[in-house]
Amino acid sequence: MKILVVDDEPDVRLLFEQRFRREIRSGEFAFSFAYSGEEALAFLRDHPSEVVLILSDINMPGMSGLELLRHVKQDPLPPPPPLVMMLTAYGDTETHNQAMQLGANDFLTKPVDFAALKVKLHAIPSL
Amino acid sequence: MAGGELYMAAPTAIGLVYWGRKALDIPTRLPQWDRWLTRLWRPAIGITGLGLLVGGPVLDWLDNMFLAFVLGIGIGIGWKLRAYRPALWLAVALVPGTILLVVEMLVRPFNKNFENGPVDNIEGLAFLWLGVFLLIARNQAKAITAEVEARRAAEQEQSTLETQSETLEYEVGQRTAALARQTDELRATLAELQATQGQLIQSEKMASLGELTAGIAHEIQNPLNFVNNFADVSVELVAELAEERASPTRDHTLEAELLADLKQNLQRIAQHGGRAAGIVRGMLEHSRASTGERQPTDVNALADEYLRLAYHGLRAKAKTFNATLQPALAPGLPLVEAMPGDLGRVLLNLFTNAFYAVQKRQQTGELGYAPTVSVRTALVGDRVEIQVRDNGTGMSPEVQARIFQPFFTTKPSGEGTGLGLSLSHDIIEQGHGGTLSVESQPSQGTTFTILLPA
Repeated sequence: MKILVVDDEPDVRLLFEQRFRREIRSGEFAFSFAYSGEEALAFLRDHPSEVVLILSDINMPGMSGLELLRHVKQDPLPPPPPLVMMLTAYGDTETHNQAMQLGANDFLTKPVDFAALKVKLHAIPSL
Repeated sequence: MAGGELYMAAPTAIGLVYWGRKALDIPTRLPQWDRWLTRLWRPAIGITGLGLLVGGPVLDWLDNMFLAFVLGIGIGIGWKLRAYRPALWLAVALVPGTILLVVEMLVRPFNKNFENGPVDNIEGLAFLWLGVFLLIARNQAKAITAEVEARRAAEQEQSTLETQSETLEYEVGQRTAALARQTDELRATLAELQATQGQLIQSEKMASLGELTAGIAHEIQNPLNFVNNFADVSVELVAELAEERASPTRDHTLEAELLADLKQNLQRIAQHGGRAAGIVRGMLEHSRASTGERQPTDVNALADEYLRLAYHGLRAKAKTFNATLQPALAPGLPLVEAMPGDLGRVLLNLFTNAFYAVQKRQQTGELGYAPTVSVRTALVGDRVEIQVRDNGTGMSPEVQARIFQPFFTTKPSGEGTGLGLSLSHDIIEQGHGGTLSVESQPSQGTTFTILLPA
Protein backbone atom coordinates (compact mmCIF):
# COMPACT_ATOMS: atom_id res chain seq x y z
CA MET A 1 0.00 0.00 0.00
CA LYS A 2 1.51 3.27 -1.12
CA ILE A 3 1.34 6.10 1.37
CA LEU A 4 2.39 9.69 0.59
CA VAL A 5 3.46 11.69 3.63
CA VAL A 6 3.39 15.48 3.18
CA ASP A 7 5.18 17.59 5.79
CA ASP A 8 7.62 20.50 5.66
CA GLU A 9 9.75 18.95 8.43
CA PRO A 10 12.39 16.72 6.76
CA ASP A 11 12.87 14.60 9.88
CA VAL A 12 9.34 13.28 9.49
CA ARG A 13 10.75 10.92 6.85
CA LEU A 14 13.25 9.38 9.28
CA LEU A 15 10.56 9.03 11.89
CA PHE A 16 8.08 7.24 9.61
CA GLU A 17 10.77 5.00 8.18
CA GLN A 18 11.74 3.88 11.67
CA ARG A 19 8.25 3.68 13.13
CA PHE A 20 7.07 1.54 10.25
CA ARG A 21 10.34 -0.30 9.55
CA ARG A 22 8.78 -3.73 10.09
CA GLU A 23 5.88 -2.94 7.71
CA ILE A 24 8.29 -1.45 5.16
CA ARG A 25 10.59 -4.46 5.43
CA SER A 26 7.67 -6.84 4.98
CA GLY A 27 6.47 -4.77 2.01
CA GLU A 28 3.10 -4.12 3.66
CA PHE A 29 3.48 -0.33 3.34
CA ALA A 30 5.54 1.78 0.95
CA PHE A 31 6.17 5.39 1.92
CA SER A 32 6.88 8.35 -0.29
CA PHE A 33 7.56 11.83 1.02
CA ALA A 34 6.80 15.34 -0.15
CA TYR A 35 7.88 18.48 1.70
CA SER A 36 5.17 20.81 0.43
CA GLY A 37 1.67 20.80 -1.05
CA GLU A 38 3.01 21.67 -4.47
CA GLU A 39 5.52 18.83 -4.34
CA ALA A 40 2.77 16.43 -3.30
CA LEU A 41 0.56 17.43 -6.27
CA ALA A 42 3.49 16.99 -8.64
CA PHE A 43 4.16 13.55 -7.18
CA LEU A 44 0.52 12.55 -7.67
CA ARG A 45 0.66 13.68 -11.30
CA ASP A 46 3.94 11.84 -11.92
CA HIS A 47 2.79 8.63 -10.21
CA PRO A 48 -0.80 8.18 -11.33
CA SER A 49 -3.00 5.65 -9.56
CA GLU A 50 -0.20 4.68 -7.15
CA VAL A 51 -1.00 6.43 -3.93
CA VAL A 52 -3.69 4.90 -1.75
CA LEU A 53 -3.40 7.26 1.17
CA ILE A 54 -2.15 10.78 1.67
CA LEU A 55 -1.05 11.77 5.19
CA SER A 56 -0.70 15.54 5.10
CA ASP A 57 0.30 18.20 7.56
CA ILE A 58 -1.92 21.31 7.40
CA ASN A 59 0.48 24.07 8.38
CA MET A 60 3.03 24.41 5.64
CA PRO A 61 4.53 27.37 3.88
CA GLY A 62 3.09 27.89 0.43
CA MET A 63 0.20 25.58 -0.35
CA SER A 64 -1.36 24.47 2.89
CA GLY A 65 -2.56 20.96 3.65
CA LEU A 66 -6.17 22.09 3.30
CA GLU A 67 -5.53 23.47 -0.19
CA LEU A 68 -3.82 20.22 -1.12
CA LEU A 69 -6.88 18.38 0.17
CA ARG A 70 -9.14 20.55 -1.98
CA HIS A 71 -7.03 19.88 -5.07
CA VAL A 72 -6.97 16.15 -4.44
CA LYS A 73 -10.73 15.99 -3.92
CA GLN A 74 -11.73 18.36 -6.72
CA ASP A 75 -9.09 18.05 -9.46
CA PRO A 76 -9.63 15.23 -11.93
CA LEU A 77 -6.99 12.69 -10.87
CA PRO A 78 -6.61 9.24 -12.41
CA PRO A 79 -8.64 6.75 -10.34
CA PRO A 80 -8.79 5.47 -7.77
CA PRO A 81 -9.10 8.66 -5.68
CA PRO A 82 -6.64 8.52 -2.75
CA LEU A 83 -7.82 8.73 0.82
CA VAL A 84 -6.60 11.80 2.72
CA MET A 85 -5.77 11.99 6.43
CA MET A 86 -4.98 15.42 7.84
CA LEU A 87 -2.36 15.87 10.57
CA THR A 88 -2.07 19.09 12.51
CA ALA A 89 -0.68 20.64 15.66
CA TYR A 90 -3.70 22.96 15.75
CA GLY A 91 -6.48 20.53 16.57
CA ASP A 92 -9.22 23.14 16.90
CA THR A 93 -12.79 22.54 15.79
CA GLU A 94 -12.67 25.23 13.11
CA THR A 95 -9.81 23.57 11.26
CA HIS A 96 -11.35 20.13 11.87
CA ASN A 97 -14.69 21.19 10.39
CA GLN A 98 -13.01 22.83 7.43
CA ALA A 99 -11.00 19.67 6.71
CA MET A 100 -14.10 17.51 6.99
CA GLN A 101 -16.06 19.83 4.72
CA LEU A 102 -13.32 19.55 2.12
CA GLY A 103 -13.69 15.77 2.24
CA ALA A 104 -10.87 14.65 4.54
CA ASN A 105 -11.18 10.96 5.43
CA ASP A 106 -9.64 11.43 8.86
CA PHE A 107 -8.23 14.14 11.10
CA LEU A 108 -5.36 13.48 13.51
CA THR A 109 -3.62 15.86 15.88
CA LYS A 110 0.10 16.10 16.54
CA PRO A 111 1.91 14.68 18.39
CA VAL A 112 1.01 11.63 16.33
CA ASP A 113 0.02 8.55 18.27
CA PHE A 114 1.80 6.05 16.05
CA ALA A 115 0.16 3.03 17.68
CA ALA A 116 -3.28 4.45 16.88
CA LEU A 117 -2.12 5.44 13.38
CA LYS A 118 -0.91 1.89 12.74
CA VAL A 119 -4.30 0.47 13.72
CA LYS A 120 -6.01 2.93 11.35
CA LEU A 121 -3.64 2.10 8.50
CA HIS A 122 -4.08 -1.64 8.96
CA ALA A 123 -7.83 -1.14 8.86
CA ILE A 124 -7.64 0.28 5.33
CA PRO A 125 -8.44 -2.48 2.88
CA SER A 126 -5.33 -3.14 0.86
CA LEU A 127 -5.76 -2.81 -2.85
CA MET B 1 14.51 154.64 81.38
CA ALA B 2 14.02 157.29 84.00
CA GLY B 3 11.61 157.26 86.97
CA GLY B 4 7.94 157.56 86.18
CA GLU B 5 8.18 155.24 83.22
CA LEU B 6 5.76 152.38 82.41
CA TYR B 7 7.79 149.56 83.94
CA MET B 8 7.81 147.69 80.61
CA ALA B 9 11.23 146.02 81.08
CA ALA B 10 9.85 143.04 83.08
CA PRO B 11 6.94 142.30 80.69
CA THR B 12 9.42 142.67 77.79
CA ALA B 13 11.69 140.22 79.59
CA ILE B 14 8.79 137.69 79.94
CA GLY B 15 8.00 138.18 76.26
CA LEU B 16 11.66 137.51 75.44
CA VAL B 17 11.54 134.40 77.66
CA TYR B 18 8.58 132.96 75.79
CA TRP B 19 10.07 133.86 72.41
CA GLY B 20 13.43 132.34 73.44
CA ARG B 21 11.85 129.15 74.76
CA LYS B 22 10.15 128.64 71.47
CA ALA B 23 13.06 129.69 69.28
CA LEU B 24 15.55 127.40 71.02
CA ASP B 25 13.01 124.69 71.79
CA ILE B 26 13.99 124.80 75.44
CA PRO B 27 11.12 122.59 76.79
CA THR B 28 12.74 119.68 74.92
CA ARG B 29 16.39 120.65 75.14
CA LEU B 30 16.51 121.84 78.78
CA PRO B 31 13.32 120.74 80.51
CA GLN B 32 14.65 121.52 84.03
CA TRP B 33 15.59 125.10 83.08
CA ASP B 34 12.25 125.44 81.34
CA ARG B 35 10.41 124.70 84.55
CA TRP B 36 12.12 127.77 86.11
CA LEU B 37 11.62 129.91 83.02
CA THR B 38 7.86 129.29 83.04
CA ARG B 39 7.73 130.59 86.59
CA LEU B 40 9.49 133.89 85.81
CA TRP B 41 6.21 135.64 85.08
CA ARG B 42 5.39 135.71 88.81
CA PRO B 43 8.25 138.08 89.89
CA ALA B 44 7.69 140.05 86.64
CA ILE B 45 4.04 140.68 87.55
CA GLY B 46 5.12 141.53 91.12
CA ILE B 47 7.62 144.13 89.93
CA THR B 48 5.34 145.66 87.30
CA GLY B 49 2.35 145.69 89.65
CA LEU B 50 4.28 147.33 92.49
CA GLY B 51 5.86 149.76 89.98
CA LEU B 52 2.43 150.86 88.71
CA LEU B 53 0.96 151.07 92.22
CA VAL B 54 3.85 152.54 94.18
CA GLY B 55 6.33 153.74 91.55
CA GLY B 56 9.73 155.12 92.38
CA PRO B 57 13.27 154.72 91.18
CA VAL B 58 13.93 151.57 93.21
CA LEU B 59 11.21 149.64 91.40
CA ASP B 60 12.29 151.10 88.09
CA TRP B 61 15.81 149.83 88.87
CA LEU B 62 14.41 146.41 89.87
CA ASP B 63 12.44 146.39 86.68
CA ASN B 64 15.55 146.95 84.57
CA MET B 65 17.65 144.57 86.68
CA PHE B 66 15.00 141.87 86.12
CA LEU B 67 15.43 142.39 82.38
CA ALA B 68 19.21 142.18 82.79
CA PHE B 69 18.79 138.99 84.87
CA VAL B 70 16.61 137.43 82.17
CA LEU B 71 19.07 138.44 79.47
CA GLY B 72 21.85 136.87 81.57
CA ILE B 73 19.86 133.65 81.77
CA GLY B 74 19.47 133.92 78.01
CA ILE B 75 23.26 134.17 77.59
CA GLY B 76 23.73 131.22 79.95
CA ILE B 77 21.26 129.10 78.01
CA GLY B 78 22.83 130.17 74.72
CA TRP B 79 26.25 129.13 76.02
CA LYS B 80 24.91 125.87 77.36
CA LEU B 81 23.30 125.11 74.03
CA ARG B 82 26.33 126.35 72.04
CA ALA B 83 26.45 123.05 70.11
CA TYR B 84 23.38 124.44 68.38
CA ARG B 85 25.04 127.35 66.53
CA PRO B 86 22.10 129.83 66.54
CA ALA B 87 21.97 129.56 70.36
CA LEU B 88 25.63 130.59 70.60
CA TRP B 89 25.03 133.52 68.26
CA LEU B 90 22.06 134.52 70.36
CA ALA B 91 24.25 134.52 73.47
CA VAL B 92 26.90 136.53 71.62
CA ALA B 93 24.20 138.96 70.44
CA LEU B 94 22.92 139.50 73.96
CA VAL B 95 26.29 139.94 75.71
CA PRO B 96 27.05 143.66 74.96
CA GLY B 97 23.50 144.88 75.62
CA THR B 98 23.31 142.93 78.85
CA ILE B 99 26.67 144.17 80.07
CA LEU B 100 25.66 147.69 79.17
CA LEU B 101 22.37 147.35 81.00
CA VAL B 102 24.00 145.88 84.10
CA VAL B 103 26.71 148.55 84.14
CA GLU B 104 24.10 151.25 83.66
CA MET B 105 21.97 149.89 86.48
CA LEU B 106 24.98 149.56 88.77
CA VAL B 107 26.12 153.11 87.98
CA ARG B 108 22.67 154.76 87.98
CA PRO B 109 22.28 155.23 91.75
CA PHE B 110 25.52 157.25 91.71
CA ASN B 111 25.23 159.22 88.52
CA LYS B 112 21.92 160.58 87.34
CA ASN B 113 23.31 161.86 84.08
CA PHE B 114 24.86 158.68 82.87
CA GLU B 115 22.24 158.18 80.17
CA ASN B 116 23.32 161.09 78.12
CA GLY B 117 26.39 161.66 75.96
CA PRO B 118 28.61 158.74 74.90
CA VAL B 119 26.35 156.18 76.56
CA ASP B 120 23.74 156.69 73.84
CA ASN B 121 26.33 155.89 71.21
CA ILE B 122 27.37 152.75 73.06
CA GLU B 123 23.72 151.73 73.36
CA GLY B 124 23.35 152.27 69.60
CA LEU B 125 26.34 150.06 68.96
CA ALA B 126 24.98 147.45 71.34
CA PHE B 127 21.63 147.42 69.46
CA LEU B 128 23.40 147.20 66.15
CA TRP B 129 25.45 144.29 67.50
CA LEU B 130 22.27 142.66 68.78
CA GLY B 131 20.53 143.11 65.45
CA VAL B 132 23.44 141.76 63.38
CA PHE B 133 23.96 138.69 65.52
CA LEU B 134 20.25 137.94 65.82
CA LEU B 135 20.11 138.08 62.05
CA ILE B 136 23.03 135.68 61.85
CA ALA B 137 21.40 133.43 64.42
CA ARG B 138 18.11 133.53 62.53
CA ASN B 139 19.72 132.74 59.19
CA GLN B 140 21.68 129.95 60.70
CA ALA B 141 18.57 128.57 62.37
CA LYS B 142 16.83 128.71 59.03
CA ALA B 143 19.72 126.97 57.31
CA ILE B 144 19.79 124.30 59.98
CA THR B 145 16.05 123.85 59.77
CA ALA B 146 16.34 123.54 56.00
CA GLU B 147 19.15 121.06 56.42
CA VAL B 148 17.15 119.06 58.95
CA GLU B 149 14.20 119.16 56.61
CA ALA B 150 16.37 117.99 53.76
CA ARG B 151 17.82 115.24 55.90
CA ARG B 152 14.39 114.19 57.06
CA ALA B 153 13.20 114.17 53.46
CA ALA B 154 16.22 112.13 52.49
CA GLU B 155 15.62 109.80 55.41
CA GLN B 156 12.02 109.48 54.45
CA GLU B 157 12.99 108.79 50.90
CA GLN B 158 15.45 106.21 52.07
CA SER B 159 12.91 104.61 54.32
CA THR B 160 10.48 104.60 51.43
CA LEU B 161 13.17 102.99 49.31
CA GLU B 162 13.87 100.51 52.04
CA THR B 163 10.20 99.68 52.31
CA GLN B 164 10.01 99.30 48.57
CA SER B 165 13.10 97.16 48.47
CA GLU B 166 11.69 95.05 51.29
CA THR B 167 8.47 94.67 49.35
CA LEU B 168 10.48 93.81 46.28
CA GLU B 169 12.58 91.32 48.18
CA TYR B 170 9.44 89.75 49.57
CA GLU B 171 7.93 89.53 46.11
CA VAL B 172 11.13 88.09 44.68
CA GLY B 173 11.16 85.57 47.52
CA GLN B 174 7.57 84.64 46.82
CA ARG B 175 8.30 84.32 43.10
CA THR B 176 11.43 82.27 43.77
CA ALA B 177 9.48 79.97 46.05
CA ALA B 178 6.77 79.62 43.42
CA LEU B 179 9.36 78.85 40.76
CA ALA B 180 11.09 76.34 43.03
CA ARG B 181 7.72 74.72 43.66
CA GLN B 182 7.01 74.60 39.94
CA THR B 183 10.42 73.14 39.27
CA ASP B 184 9.79 70.46 41.87
CA GLU B 185 6.41 69.72 40.36
CA LEU B 186 7.91 69.52 36.87
CA ARG B 187 10.67 67.29 38.12
CA ALA B 188 8.13 65.00 39.77
CA THR B 189 6.05 64.97 36.59
CA LEU B 190 9.12 64.17 34.52
CA ALA B 191 10.04 61.30 36.83
CA GLU B 192 6.47 60.06 36.62
CA LEU B 193 6.51 60.28 32.83
CA GLN B 194 9.80 58.42 32.67
CA ALA B 195 8.41 55.72 34.92
CA THR B 196 5.29 55.52 32.78
CA GLN B 197 7.39 55.31 29.63
CA GLY B 198 9.36 52.46 31.17
CA GLN B 199 6.12 50.70 32.06
CA LEU B 200 4.77 51.27 28.56
CA ILE B 201 7.88 49.80 27.01
CA GLN B 202 7.66 46.84 29.36
CA SER B 203 3.94 46.34 28.68
CA GLU B 204 4.50 46.62 24.93
CA LYS B 205 7.18 43.98 25.35
CA MET B 206 4.80 41.80 27.32
CA ALA B 207 2.01 42.36 24.79
CA SER B 208 4.26 41.17 21.98
CA LEU B 209 5.29 38.25 24.17
CA GLY B 210 1.61 37.42 24.55
CA GLU B 211 1.25 37.42 20.78
CA LEU B 212 4.25 35.16 20.67
CA THR B 213 3.05 32.63 23.19
CA ALA B 214 1.08 30.54 20.71
CA GLY B 215 3.91 30.71 18.21
CA ILE B 216 6.38 29.74 20.87
CA ALA B 217 4.20 26.84 22.02
CA HIS B 218 4.00 25.58 18.45
CA GLU B 219 7.69 26.10 17.87
CA ILE B 220 8.56 24.23 21.03
CA GLN B 221 6.03 21.48 20.52
CA ASN B 222 7.42 20.54 17.12
CA PRO B 223 10.97 19.74 18.26
CA LEU B 224 9.58 18.24 21.45
CA ASN B 225 7.44 15.85 19.39
CA PHE B 226 10.55 14.81 17.51
CA VAL B 227 12.45 14.29 20.74
CA ASN B 228 9.67 12.11 22.12
CA ASN B 229 9.19 10.17 18.88
CA PHE B 230 12.88 9.51 18.31
CA ALA B 231 13.26 8.46 21.94
CA ASP B 232 10.28 6.10 21.65
CA VAL B 233 11.44 4.58 18.42
CA SER B 234 14.94 4.21 19.83
CA VAL B 235 13.56 2.11 22.69
CA GLU B 236 11.97 -0.11 20.05
CA LEU B 237 15.26 -0.28 18.16
CA VAL B 238 17.15 -1.27 21.31
CA ALA B 239 14.55 -3.98 22.01
CA GLU B 240 14.92 -5.27 18.48
CA LEU B 241 18.69 -5.19 18.79
CA ALA B 242 18.57 -7.17 22.02
CA GLU B 243 16.19 -9.66 20.40
CA GLU B 244 18.51 -10.04 17.44
CA ARG B 245 21.54 -10.61 19.68
CA ALA B 246 19.70 -13.30 21.64
CA SER B 247 18.73 -15.11 18.45
CA PRO B 248 20.87 -18.12 17.47
CA THR B 249 21.10 -16.81 13.91
CA ARG B 250 22.38 -13.28 14.35
CA ASP B 251 22.02 -10.96 11.38
CA HIS B 252 25.08 -8.76 11.67
CA THR B 253 23.99 -6.46 8.88
CA LEU B 254 20.69 -5.80 10.61
CA GLU B 255 22.47 -5.19 13.92
CA ALA B 256 24.78 -2.66 12.27
CA GLU B 257 21.77 -0.99 10.64
CA LEU B 258 19.95 -0.76 13.98
CA LEU B 259 23.02 0.70 15.67
CA ALA B 260 23.41 3.27 12.88
CA ASP B 261 19.72 4.21 13.24
CA LEU B 262 20.13 4.50 17.01
CA LYS B 263 23.10 6.78 16.61
CA GLN B 264 21.21 8.91 14.11
CA ASN B 265 18.18 9.10 16.42
CA LEU B 266 20.27 10.24 19.35
CA GLN B 267 21.76 12.95 17.16
CA ARG B 268 18.22 14.01 16.16
CA ILE B 269 17.13 14.07 19.79
CA ALA B 270 20.06 16.31 20.68
CA GLN B 271 19.38 18.55 17.67
CA HIS B 272 15.66 19.01 18.36
CA GLY B 273 16.27 19.41 22.07
CA GLY B 274 18.73 22.16 21.25
CA ARG B 275 16.16 23.79 18.97
CA ALA B 276 13.57 23.88 21.78
CA ALA B 277 16.15 25.20 24.25
CA GLY B 278 17.09 27.95 21.79
CA ILE B 279 13.48 29.05 21.52
CA VAL B 280 13.07 29.17 25.29
CA ARG B 281 16.31 31.13 25.58
CA GLY B 282 15.10 33.58 22.94
CA MET B 283 11.80 33.98 24.77
CA LEU B 284 13.57 34.70 28.05
CA GLU B 285 15.80 37.20 26.30
CA HIS B 286 12.74 38.85 24.82
CA SER B 287 10.94 39.26 28.13
CA ARG B 288 13.98 40.37 30.09
CA ALA B 289 14.39 44.11 30.56
CA SER B 290 17.18 45.21 28.27
CA THR B 291 20.55 45.34 29.98
CA GLY B 292 21.79 47.79 27.37
CA GLU B 293 24.80 45.56 26.81
CA ARG B 294 25.72 44.75 23.26
CA GLN B 295 27.13 41.40 22.30
CA PRO B 296 28.19 39.81 19.01
CA THR B 297 24.88 38.72 17.50
CA ASP B 298 24.06 36.38 14.62
CA VAL B 299 21.51 38.47 12.73
CA ASN B 300 20.59 35.58 10.42
CA ALA B 301 19.68 33.26 13.28
CA LEU B 302 17.71 36.03 14.97
CA ALA B 303 15.80 36.88 11.77
CA ASP B 304 14.97 33.24 11.04
CA GLU B 305 13.86 32.56 14.60
CA TYR B 306 11.57 35.58 14.86
CA LEU B 307 10.14 35.08 11.37
CA ARG B 308 8.92 31.66 12.46
CA LEU B 309 7.74 32.86 15.86
CA ALA B 310 5.74 35.70 14.32
CA TYR B 311 4.25 33.39 11.71
CA HIS B 312 3.16 30.78 14.20
CA GLY B 313 1.96 33.49 16.57
CA LEU B 314 -0.44 34.69 13.89
CA ARG B 315 -1.35 31.15 12.87
CA ALA B 316 -2.37 30.43 16.41
CA LYS B 317 -4.91 33.25 16.22
CA ALA B 318 -5.96 32.89 12.59
CA LYS B 319 -5.82 29.14 12.11
CA THR B 320 -6.65 29.03 8.42
CA PHE B 321 -4.14 31.72 7.52
CA ASN B 322 -1.25 30.59 5.42
CA ALA B 323 1.66 32.52 4.00
CA THR B 324 4.86 31.83 2.15
CA LEU B 325 7.98 32.64 4.14
CA GLN B 326 10.98 33.54 2.06
CA PRO B 327 14.09 33.84 4.16
CA ALA B 328 17.06 34.91 2.02
CA LEU B 329 19.86 35.05 4.55
CA ALA B 330 23.30 35.97 3.28
CA PRO B 331 25.85 33.32 4.26
CA GLY B 332 28.97 34.49 6.04
CA LEU B 333 27.37 37.61 7.43
CA PRO B 334 29.59 39.16 10.13
CA LEU B 335 28.32 39.19 13.70
CA VAL B 336 26.78 42.50 14.71
CA GLU B 337 27.36 44.21 18.05
CA ALA B 338 23.75 44.33 19.18
CA MET B 339 21.34 43.80 22.03
CA PRO B 340 19.75 40.54 20.82
CA GLY B 341 16.61 40.94 22.93
CA ASP B 342 15.94 44.45 21.64
CA LEU B 343 16.82 43.64 18.03
CA GLY B 344 14.61 40.54 18.25
CA ARG B 345 11.71 42.72 19.39
CA VAL B 346 12.20 45.00 16.41
CA LEU B 347 12.23 42.04 14.00
CA LEU B 348 9.22 40.49 15.69
CA ASN B 349 7.39 43.79 15.36
CA LEU B 350 8.23 44.12 11.66
CA PHE B 351 7.25 40.50 10.95
CA THR B 352 4.02 40.78 12.91
CA ASN B 353 3.12 43.91 10.94
CA ALA B 354 4.03 42.19 7.66
CA PHE B 355 1.84 39.18 8.43
CA TYR B 356 -0.96 41.50 9.50
CA ALA B 357 -0.70 43.35 6.19
CA VAL B 358 -0.75 40.22 4.02
CA GLN B 359 -3.59 38.79 6.07
CA LYS B 360 -5.62 41.97 5.53
CA ARG B 361 -4.99 41.86 1.80
CA GLN B 362 -5.93 38.19 1.66
CA GLN B 363 -9.21 38.96 3.41
CA THR B 364 -10.20 41.20 0.50
CA GLY B 365 -10.63 37.97 -1.49
CA GLU B 366 -8.27 38.97 -4.28
CA LEU B 367 -7.95 36.17 -6.82
CA GLY B 368 -4.60 34.44 -7.15
CA TYR B 369 -3.13 36.33 -4.21
CA ALA B 370 -0.27 34.51 -2.49
CA PRO B 371 0.60 36.13 0.85
CA THR B 372 4.37 36.30 1.07
CA VAL B 373 6.67 37.64 3.76
CA SER B 374 10.38 37.66 3.12
CA VAL B 375 13.43 38.60 5.11
CA ARG B 376 16.69 39.31 3.37
CA THR B 377 20.06 40.00 4.98
CA ALA B 378 23.08 41.40 3.23
CA LEU B 379 26.40 43.10 3.86
CA VAL B 380 26.24 46.57 2.36
CA GLY B 381 29.62 48.26 2.59
CA ASP B 382 30.49 48.07 6.28
CA ARG B 383 26.90 47.76 7.37
CA VAL B 384 24.56 44.84 7.79
CA GLU B 385 21.20 45.28 6.10
CA ILE B 386 18.03 43.48 7.15
CA GLN B 387 15.03 43.89 4.86
CA VAL B 388 11.58 42.74 5.85
CA ARG B 389 9.24 42.73 2.86
CA ASP B 390 5.60 41.84 2.48
CA ASN B 391 3.17 41.93 -0.42
CA GLY B 392 0.35 43.11 1.82
CA THR B 393 -1.98 46.09 1.79
CA GLY B 394 0.80 48.71 1.72
CA MET B 395 0.49 52.24 3.09
CA SER B 396 -0.40 55.66 1.76
CA PRO B 397 2.29 58.36 1.99
CA GLU B 398 0.24 60.02 4.78
CA VAL B 399 0.33 56.87 6.89
CA GLN B 400 4.01 56.29 6.10
CA ALA B 401 4.83 59.77 7.38
CA ARG B 402 3.35 58.94 10.76
CA ILE B 403 4.14 55.30 11.43
CA PHE B 404 7.14 56.01 13.66
CA GLN B 405 5.16 58.39 15.87
CA PRO B 406 4.25 57.02 19.29
CA PHE B 407 0.62 55.87 19.65
CA PHE B 408 -0.03 56.02 15.92
CA THR B 409 -1.75 52.86 14.74
CA THR B 410 -3.93 51.86 11.82
CA LYS B 411 -5.18 48.81 13.67
CA PRO B 412 -8.65 48.83 15.23
CA SER B 413 -8.63 49.98 18.85
CA GLY B 414 -7.54 47.23 21.21
CA GLU B 415 -5.42 45.49 18.58
CA GLY B 416 -2.38 47.73 18.54
CA THR B 417 -0.68 49.93 21.12
CA GLY B 418 0.79 52.23 18.48
CA LEU B 419 4.13 51.87 20.22
CA GLY B 420 5.67 49.02 18.27
CA LEU B 421 7.27 50.94 15.42
CA SER B 422 8.03 53.96 17.57
CA LEU B 423 9.97 51.78 20.02
CA SER B 424 11.57 49.86 17.14
CA HIS B 425 12.75 53.13 15.66
CA ASP B 426 14.27 54.15 19.03
CA ILE B 427 15.93 50.77 19.48
CA ILE B 428 17.56 50.83 16.04
CA GLU B 429 18.54 54.50 15.84
CA GLN B 430 19.33 55.32 19.47
CA GLY B 431 20.15 51.88 20.85
CA HIS B 432 22.26 50.62 17.94
CA GLY B 433 23.29 53.71 15.98
CA GLY B 434 21.58 52.30 12.89
CA THR B 435 18.71 53.38 10.67
CA LEU B 436 15.18 52.09 10.18
CA SER B 437 13.40 53.22 7.03
CA VAL B 438 10.24 52.31 5.17
CA GLU B 439 9.15 52.08 1.55
CA SER B 440 5.59 51.29 0.66
CA GLN B 441 3.08 51.26 -2.19
CA PRO B 442 -0.64 50.96 -1.46
CA SER B 443 -1.95 47.56 -2.63
CA GLN B 444 1.59 46.49 -3.52
CA GLY B 445 3.40 45.91 -0.26
CA THR B 446 5.84 47.34 2.23
CA THR B 447 9.56 47.03 2.82
CA PHE B 448 11.26 47.95 6.07
CA THR B 449 15.02 48.30 5.93
CA ILE B 450 17.31 48.14 8.96
CA LEU B 451 20.93 49.16 8.55
CA LEU B 452 23.26 48.31 11.43
CA PRO B 453 26.95 49.10 11.83
CA ALA B 454 28.72 45.76 11.58
